[in-house]
Amino acid sequence: MDRRSFLRNTGFVAAGSLFVPAFMKPLEAMALDELSLYKNLVVVQLSGGNDGLNTVVPYGNDIYYQKRKGIAIKPEQIIKLNDMQGLNPNMAALQEIHDQGWMTVINDVGYPNPDRSHFRSMDIWQTGSESNQFLSTGWIGRYLDSNCQTCKYPYTAIEVDDSLSLAMKGQTKKGIALKDPAALYRNTNDPFFKAMLQNDKEHLDEDNLGYLYKTMIETSSSANYIQNTSKVYQNKAVYPQSGFANQLKTVSKFISSGLKTRVYYVSLSGFDTHVNQIQQQGNLLKQYSEGMAAFLKDLKTNNKLEDTLVVTFSEFGRRVEQNASNGTDHGTANNMFIFGGRLKKQGIFNAAPNLGDLDTGDLKYQLDFRQVYGTILDKWLDVNNADILNKKFNTLDFI
Amino acid sequence: MSANDNFYKVKHLYNRAGFGISYNDLHKLSRKNLNKVVDGLFKEPKQNDEITLIDSVASKQQLLMQAGLYAKKDLTDEEKKQRQEIVSMQNEKSRDLNIAWVEKMINTEHPLLEKMTLFWHGHFACRSNNPMFAQQLNNIQRNNALGSFKTLLVEVSKSPAMLQYLNNQQNRKGKPNENFARELMELFTLGRGNYSEQDIKESARSFTGWMYDKDGSFIFRPNLHDAGTKTFFGKTGNFDGENIIDIILDKPETAEFISRKVYKFFVNDNPNETHIKELANHFFNSKYNIAELMKKMFTSDWFYSPENIGSKIKSPAEFLVGLSREFYVTYNKPQVLIQLQSSLGQYLFNPPNVAGWPGGQSWIDSSSLMLRMRIPSLVLNDGEIDFSGKADPEDEAVIAQSRIATVNANTKIKPKSYVDAKADWPKFLSTLPKGIKPVELAEFLLQPKLNEKIKGMIGDNKGLKSTSVELTSMPEYQLC
Repeated sequence: MDRRSFLRNTGFVAAGSLFVPAFMKPLEAMALDELSLYKNLVVVQLSGGNDGLNTVVPYGNDIYYQKRKGIAIKPEQIIKLNDMQGLNPNMAALQEIHDQGWMTVINDVGYPNPDRSHFRSMDIWQTGSESNQFLSTGWIGRYLDSNCQTCKYPYTAIEVDDSLSLAMKGQTKKGIALKDPAALYRNTNDPFFKAMLQNDKEHLDEDNLGYLYKTMIETSSSANYIQNTSKVYQNKAVYPQSGFANQLKTVSKFISSGLKTRVYYVSLSGFDTHVNQIQQQGNLLKQYSEGMAAFLKDLKTNNKLEDTLVVTFSEFGRRVEQNASNGTDHGTANNMFIFGGRLKKQGIFNAAPNLGDLDTGDLKYQLDFRQVYGTILDKWLDVNNADILNKKFNTLDFI
Repeated sequence: MSANDNFYKVKHLYNRAGFGISYNDLHKLSRKNLNKVVDGLFKEPKQNDEITLIDSVASKQQLLMQAGLYAKKDLTDEEKKQRQEIVSMQNEKSRDLNIAWVEKMINTEHPLLEKMTLFWHGHFACRSNNPMFAQQLNNIQRNNALGSFKTLLVEVSKSPAMLQYLNNQQNRKGKPNENFARELMELFTLGRGNYSEQDIKESARSFTGWMYDKDGSFIFRPNLHDAGTKTFFGKTGNFDGENIIDIILDKPETAEFISRKVYKFFVNDNPNETHIKELANHFFNSKYNIAELMKKMFTSDWFYSPENIGSKIKSPAEFLVGLSREFYVTYNKPQVLIQLQSSLGQYLFNPPNVAGWPGGQSWIDSSSLMLRMRIPSLVLNDGEIDFSGKADPEDEAVIAQSRIATVNANTKIKPKSYVDAKADWPKFLSTLPKGIKPVELAEFLLQPKLNEKIKGMIGDNKGLKSTSVELTSMPEYQLC
């Protein structure tokens, strides 16, 4: 008995054609070139609060060495980006990316009245809210809701994971989470699932039952579209062996096969390094950098790097001074990485964190994270950022 | 009123006021007068119904020890280890507490009490990494679930879990922290737009000195309390926290805010302002007696009107508890209940923020719906789990220290796993009438009205067990 089939032991036979309700255009029938000039956004979330100061190290500042006697990285080990900052040695794979001009580091990104709870701060970053405001929709979700020309379809935003992050949930539209397109395809093509959707003309109301059926139909359509579009593409590039690299490999497959998706979301977890940080963070940064380098080179080979923008964030940075356990505790502002083939300003974007001017031991932010979102929304996703972020944010010049 | 008519009403009542009902109970209750059935829901437990999993004496000792270790600057290796052990023990106990409550909901003989506790759990949403605090707050919410809203509000406000979560511990004379005062009005009582920033400032001053001591009991510290005069909603006086709560309760907006939230939780996502007004007046006039509010709602005709039946999306807790209750499921590895809650988006004791879970359609996206439709076969039919879900952000420190994260983060190649639960089929089947037809079983298990498609799908009799698995895997089963 197949324990992975929907119901294991039912006598359902494969159903005939699906009934697609009138309010949904059959996705499969869409002309492939209806949307041209496809620009992709890849959001990378580092969960746990990555220590930005040991990621992009301010080696030119003595205060860094004074405050971090047990965990500071020696100047000679650092991959220098300018005479103040350089990369953690575990990020060697990104040197080439940097030298190609495919990388920008934005320093000191944060928000007013920062929250040090992982959950709350992650919420704030994912929803784009103020720190005393509780939103139940994410910033990508509201982009989907905005109904722009390029965000009509449920597969407009794909998270390569088992469950969907708040960032991807809008009021009326939500992204789709899938780790493996083949597995989702198998589930939505299960005889029971198909039978549920067959000839179903009764459930087209706007009520909750209608919403459930609409979600099922969209899932099924998306699963077919994603699987059928991406399965023909053979990825020849070599990626390192890690879960994170696998997620990026899936994204590359989707982008390179021409999927009409605009936003991809992936995450790497384990950055809450309160104890013995050096080795743990080093391993994670190595996975991050090697995965990212392979991904970007793969996109370059497929002529997709120009159409792709990658943004990396973490819910907060860490305190400037290390703790007694050779780790670091929850802090505030942090750096963000931007990658892509069409960056306007490459390398270090703005001044390094000022370690001499702290707010009770924490970095003061120079840029609001919603300025980064706003820039991406305005200049890359072609929507007005005020419609998504509830007020207008000034854009930056990295793209 | 015909017995058949009553059958659907009682079924609806038990789906909303509780977590479903067995067929034979339903059959029995359908013969009674509906008002009597409603009264029966309010029967109080004979003895103390608290969760007593976490031993308070041992926890207090641990708390003291922990405080001592945190105060120290240079810890020996031994002490560092001790500190880590306390943290991991607390995490384990927090998980045990979660499971204890879910199992209590599954097995309780007082379903309304647990349902109402679940409502207050979301209303007074709070996270605490101290399992004793979390248990205490949960018991406050249960003990007062159907009692006086004022008592409930005061006790919640004085609970260490809430004092800690909303930073009242840092709210001191001369250096007020407004977090608690703001959420008290925005989320717990009046709702947005019914107070000014000045009201927040003044009430925050009134709550200065409300703290908990080092063994986890509420304490009022007069020397940290701002005893000056405050002006709050036009009244001036030397107010303390309880005075503020009284003034808030004098405002009918509070009764309306709570009634609207209760309506949306128990009746319909789309508020009907006329019905809400009715409830709010009754609640206000009964001096915030919660049982009165609930009785009024359950005995109103509109509660049983077609647009309110089978039209609400079950929360993950309602879905999991309901399924487990219906089929008398025992979980051999109860930790799986935590995995399921977190994959479905409602990890109890871990609300997304102080506003609680948004509910309604936000429970459903493509992956959560696919998972919900798969769970009955995982639980009732021993299917294979092919999802792993995301880590809770608060567990990141544990992930950071685990070998898996260090060696190969996010590679979740695991051996095949199963829910490892057992449904008591003989017991379930024995509650059903002899010779029950698949369509009758569907009318019992599903809340929305049956349509021809479902009748067709279950028409060929495959046996009650298979039919049950099919029915509970349908989108219609997601509604109550």
